[in-house]
Amino acid sequence: MVTTIAARRRTLTTTALVAVVIVLALASLGTGPVRMSPLTVLDALAGGGSDVQQIIVREIRLPRAILALAIGAILGLSGAALQGLLRNPLASPSLFGAPQSAAFGAVLIIALGLADIRSYALPAAAIAMAFLSVFVLLAVAGRSAGLLLLILAGLAISSLAGAATALALNLSPNPFAALEISFWLLGSLDDRSFRHVMLALPFIIAGAIVLMSQRAAFRALSLGEETAQSLGVHVGRLRLLVIAGVALGVGGAVAVAGTIGFIGLIAPHLMRPLIGHDPARLLIPSALTGAALLLAADIAVRIIPSTTDIKVGVLTSLIGVPFFLYLILRERRALSGGVA
Amino acid sequence: MNPTAFLTARHLDVALGGRKVLRDVSFAWPRRQFVALVGPNGAGKTTLLRALAGLIDSSGTILIGDDTLTDLSLRQRALRFGYLPQGHVVHWPLPVRDVVALGRYPHGATDPDRLAPRDRDAVARAMSATAITEFGDRRVTELSGGERSRVALARVLALEAPVVLADEPTASLDPRYQLDVMRTLRVAADQGMLVIVVTHDLGLAARFADRVLVLSGGCLVAEGPPAEALSDQMIGDVFRVTTYRAEHERAAIIVPWAGL
Repeated sequence: MVTTIAARRRTLTTTALVAVVIVLALASLGTGPVRMSPLTVLDALAGGGSDVQQIIVREIRLPRAILALAIGAILGLSGAALQGLLRNPLASPSLFGAPQSAAFGAVLIIALGLADIRSYALPAAAIAMAFLSVFVLLAVAGRSAGLLLLILAGLAISSLAGAATALALNLSPNPFAALEISFWLLGSLDDRSFRHVMLALPFIIAGAIVLMSQRAAFRALSLGEETAQSLGVHVGRLRLLVIAGVALGVGGAVAVAGTIGFIGLIAPHLMRPLIGHDPARLLIPSALTGAALLLAADIAVRIIPSTTDIKVGVLTSLIGVPFFLYLILRERRALSGGVA
Repeated sequence: MNPTAFLTARHLDVALGGRKVLRDVSFAWPRRQFVALVGPNGAGKTTLLRALAGLIDSSGTILIGDDTLTDLSLRQRALRFGYLPQGHVVHWPLPVRDVVALGRYPHGATDPDRLAPRDRDAVARAMSATAITEFGDRRVTELSGGERSRVALARVLALEAPVVLADEPTASLDPRYQLDVMRTLRVAADQGMLVIVVTHDLGLAARFADRVLVLSGGCLVAEGPPAEALSDQMIGDVFRVTTYRAEHERAAIIVPWAGL
């Protein structure tokens, strides 16, 4: 077995990421109105400490930490998978309108009175709309779409989905419409329970399995679609599977947390200098980075002093949008050429 | 048909977007051959390569070994044809060795970090045949056009498929690299492969190929040894140019000279 320096660095990076995610998860369990040290948290998790500590850690904060970890991971993974599929470093679920469309699916179900926020109809609708949005996007943009086309089509879809979500909530007899709009458009992990974990996790895991199963094909796709096909990759099937995987994961995530943007865009970029550009090798580190980012953001919204709750989706957008602008600056040549 | 034929096309027709691009093309070639595909721009050369690789639909029959192309799965086709498209595109700055290792993808070697000894040997052989062993760890994006074309060629050779289909592998290369690439493909043919190369360089075709297939307007107009297929008459009819001919080291030299 040949172990190159690059391979050793990849292993080291992945190991370090796992450690960071564990530390952040413990910090997340310790953060809130009642602060707890990591040791107290571990003790409470294992069934020690006072009853109050146990309830706070195991029933109030654990579901929130699990969701932050799982949702961050699937967003990072989806971003890396879309970038691999489209051979394009600016691809990400939120730029393509997938979470916004998923939110609209969920809101529509609620507004029509077809389900409450505890039924599986909610993630099902979110997944269906996420699938539709990515499918429409790739159909509109065409097979070998350039950067510009994809981003414009994504902008159109996310704007439409956002407007449709606001409209559905405006028209519904819900007295808390304004509050609800902010939840679905901005995303939050406040007050999530194990019911929400059960609602989202199966779909997130299914989406992750689908995306991971295609990882080798992403590497072959580096050589272009036709060459990948000449190597035995069913490119059409791969596209459908990636859309399905992203829809399952993002739809499941949005159904319980609303739209949380930009993690899918940022995570693979943070990993490229350490892992390299191989789209297959980027998947797991991007998922870990996504998990770390969302855990950190969800800790931050709880410790930033403010009179009202800051939504975690606001924070990820505040960090994500400037990052996106920086990427546009870097990719300016490709963008103005109109080819990818 | 030729009993030793390995790749046979019978009455091949290809339509792209409702337009007929190839009409009634038939040939039969054995292994251990170097075939040059020549013809003016838009004659259907690339289309013929893509049809042979099974990348686009065609009517008529393509036989590869004892099998009909349409009976083969995508993976079985991938194991029989090494396809080298124009341009040598690599979308990400991957290490050279990983790009070459993608040649083993159809063999099930999907992870360049965990190659079986058989796959690792094939990658090493291909890299040494194209003289790129020394920059295996560099990124393809850091290489010159000539070096990148050799990486692309190594990727196709690493597959060790019976048929190599190369679309203008010498385009935009300096003379030295053009000769290197053609010589590498010639060696592959001598070792038993059927090498089919699209080229606009009639001189290289005449010098390196065993057979030349001339396409014009989607039709096969000549197929045979270079001396026959690239006659003055044929080149005049198809390319609308006169030719200057000479001989050097017992090889034919053809230089397009003036427009007709």
